[in-house]
This record gives sequence, structure tokens and C-alpha cells, in this order.
Amino acid sequence: MTNGPNMIQFRATKMLHTARGPQRFDAAFEAKQGEILAICGPSGAGKTTLLRILAGLTEADSGHIQIDDATWLDSNKQINLPTRHRSIGFVFQDFALFPHMTVRKQLEFALPKNADRQIINELLELMDLEALQHQHPALLSGGQQQRVAIARAIARKPRLLLLDEPLSALDDEMRLRLQDYILKARQRYQLTILLVSHHLPEIFRLADSVITLDQGRIARQGLPTEVFPQEKNSPALDIIATIIRILPLK
Amino acid sequence: MIDYLPLWLSLKLALATTIILLIIGIPLSYWLAYTGRRWKVMVEACVSLPMVLPPSVLGFYLLLAFSPAGAFGHFLDHYLDTRLVFTFQGLIIASIIYSLPFMVNPLLAGFKNCPPHLREASRTLGKSDLTTLRHVLLPSIRPSLITGAILCFAHTLGEFGVVMMIGGSIPGHTKLASVAIYDEVQSGHYNLANRYAIILLTFSFLLLLLVYNINHRFSKSKIIA
Repeated sequence: MTNGPNMIQFRATKMLHTARGPQRFDAAFEAKQGEILAICGPSGAGKTTLLRILAGLTEADSGHIQIDDATWLDSNKQINLPTRHRSIGFVFQDFALFPHMTVRKQLEFALPKNADRQIINELLELMDLEALQHQHPALLSGGQQQRVAIARAIARKPRLLLLDEPLSALDDEMRLRLQDYILKARQRYQLTILLVSHHLPEIFRLADSVITLDQGRIARQGLPTEVFPQEKNSPALDIIATIIRILPLK
Repeated sequence: MIDYLPLWLSLKLALATTIILLIIGIPLSYWLAYTGRRWKVMVEACVSLPMVLPPSVLGFYLLLAFSPAGAFGHFLDHYLDTRLVFTFQGLIIASIIYSLPFMVNPLLAGFKNCPPHLREASRTLGKSDLTTLRHVLLPSIRPSLITGAILCFAHTLGEFGVVMMIGGSIPGHTKLASVAIYDEVQSGHYNLANRYAIILLTFSFLLLLLVYNINHRFSKSKIIA
């Protein structure tokens, strides 16, 4: 799935004004079709900025973004495709669900005109949201809201799914379940995913490759085992399992 | 015997002003909330000017502008065969200018309080600015819309200085309830003036009660006030 040609070619610079003063974001990377690329790094390293530039929500000072044969950004040629014309799904840290819409309405809103509406039922089933489809976001738990946000982002069948620390506020059990949902969605819709995450077990479980950012620059890049060789056998990668049955001692 | 025509005219003026201000106020406050233009502060100041200006000052300048002796009034009179001084149409235009901040400011606060991620999420779903405004932002700022509409209605209902300058007191055309109170007091009919005043007072109080009730209800939900 990840051995194909490069789908994303990204290069961008942007002067950021952070709490620690001005900082230059300057990053370049490539990613393959169908890959899950994890982006990690300390707070303020530029992880969210990278996703936002890719989505067109933040304007780069200069750069070039090529997605297959489509140019989304080329500062030399004054090309900057508006966000709404970029084939992306974006899951925000705070979910950004529309408060007045039910779960089903959120998915219906995300569909392009004349799109096959069958995908709504498919996504509701895939994400275990069928029973909640007529609820408003305020009545949902964090994990349920997150599933709605992911389903909504996938509804228009984007080429790229951008996840900005989507599982950070969840407990381990819910985190594992949502990782399964993400893997299922990737399998079903052949998604290429960029995932911002700090959680090493999550990166090892989901990601095909990793980028670490530090002070706006790419510090390391490669397979999870290459980028974090020392963590391969570290206690940070706890084994999390489900107890199925406890048998009494004989 | 109380003449209900001034009350009816006041209600008609308030309704027309509110509807037109909703049409003008939504795009104007949207632009003010999201534009990066530096001169937007000039527009903000102009919009809010009627709040601090004595109504008679505003009325005086509008009278000069609308008068056929002035350039604008002459243009309207000569080329469009329209006269705004001492007409109901003139009252509507004056009321729109006078009540503009009462519509724009609540809407502006609503847009500014709306989490930026909602607008961005809609854009990442491929939606245009217009679709985002219609389906995401306006439903999210519903309490601000209702507050703006009710405040405009109530404010127009209570206008006196501006409408007196522009409309005068022509029965059936420009004599509004607030002007009728003034006329009755001038004629020594305190009882009649009191009846008009009681009706306006009750109506305005009920409208404000409605605003606070709506805001209280929405503040309990997740929708942005």
C-alpha cells in the first residue's frame, strides 16, 4: 500500500510569531499514496502549521505543494488553491462539530452536491454511530464526537485526511478503539493520512513513516523504528490488551 | 378617543426597518468580523456614530441631505421623482441609519465569538463562504440575530428626534406614536399622551423581556450568543 510513487511533495516556509518570539517554519517532505505519516515534535515545533499550510488554512510565505499531478501551492507562479478546492478532510483538535446539526446532518452537509448518499449510512455503520445519528454534538461524549469528526472529514472521500492530534484527549481504551476506526476507514476508502501525534505507541501502531519537527524544521524522518530506535523496546511502548476471561485457580 | 393610526405607522416603520437592516446588517457585520482591511475601523466608527450622536443632529443633517434644495435631494427629486423629506420612505431610510448599530453590533459580536474552527471546518469540507455563512455561521449566531432584530425593532419604535426632523407630523403619513405623544402633550391632552406612552412602554418592555429570555435560554446551550 505504501510502495507507490510519491503522492505528496511538500515544501513551505512561514515566519511564525510564537510565545517564545519569532520562529521560521521551513519544512520539506514527501509521502506516498495510502501511507499514514505521523508528525511529532515538541509543542510549538510547527506540526499544526504544517497541516494548516497543506490544507490552505494558513498561507505560506513561499513554497510548493504538489498532490499527484495537481499543484496546490506554487509561490513562484502565484498559485494558491483555496481550501475548499483542495481534496482534504481535516479533523481539528477541538472536533469543530457544528453545534446546531445532528450527527447525520453533519455528514450530509459534508457531501458534495449530487454525491451518492449511501456513504452516509456506510460511515455511520463503520464508526458505530447509527444509534447516535439524530443526536446533537453537545450530547455526545469526547470519543463519540471524535468519531463524528472523522466520519464527517471522510464523507466527501478526500485524497488526504489530516488529523491534528485527534486522540489526545481520550483514555487508552478509547484511543485504541479510535485507532481501529482510523485503520478501518483507511482500508475502506484508500486514504492517505497525515496524523499529528505525541503518543509513541499510537505512532508505532498506525504510522508507516514518521517526521519529527523541532523549531519549525524537520529533525528526523523515516520508519517509526528508524526515527525512534531507542524507544523500540522502551517502556513507553506498553502492551495494552483486553482481558477476555479470568479463570479461577484450580 | 385614541387614534391607532400612529401606532400602526410606528409598527410598520419598525418592521420595515428591521427587515431591511437584517439584509444590510448580515453582510456588513460579516465583512467587519473577518476582513483584514485596516480601514474597517473607519466603517465601524461610522456604523456606531448614531449611538453617540444626538438624534436631532443626525436628523438635521439627514434633513439637509434629503431636502430638494440639496444636491442629493435634488438628484432624487429631479431624476428619480422621489422625495424623502416628510414622507414615510424618508422615515425608513433615516431609521435604517439611526438603528444600524443596534443590528450590526450584536451580529459582529456573534461572528467574533463564533469559534474560528467552525468556519475553517466548513471550508475544508469544500463549502463556499456563502454556504458557510448560511448553513454554519448564521445558525450558530441565532441568538445574536434575534437580539439584533428585536433591538432594532424596539429602538425604531421609540425614535423621536430623527423622525420628527425628517417626517414632521403628517397624520396618516409620518405621524408616529412617539410624535403623537409629543403632539398630545403640546395640546394639553395628558390622558391621551399617557395611553400612547403606556402602550409603547408595555410593548418595549415585553420585547426586551423576550431578548433576555432568548439569550438566557441559548446561553445554556452550545450555540454562540
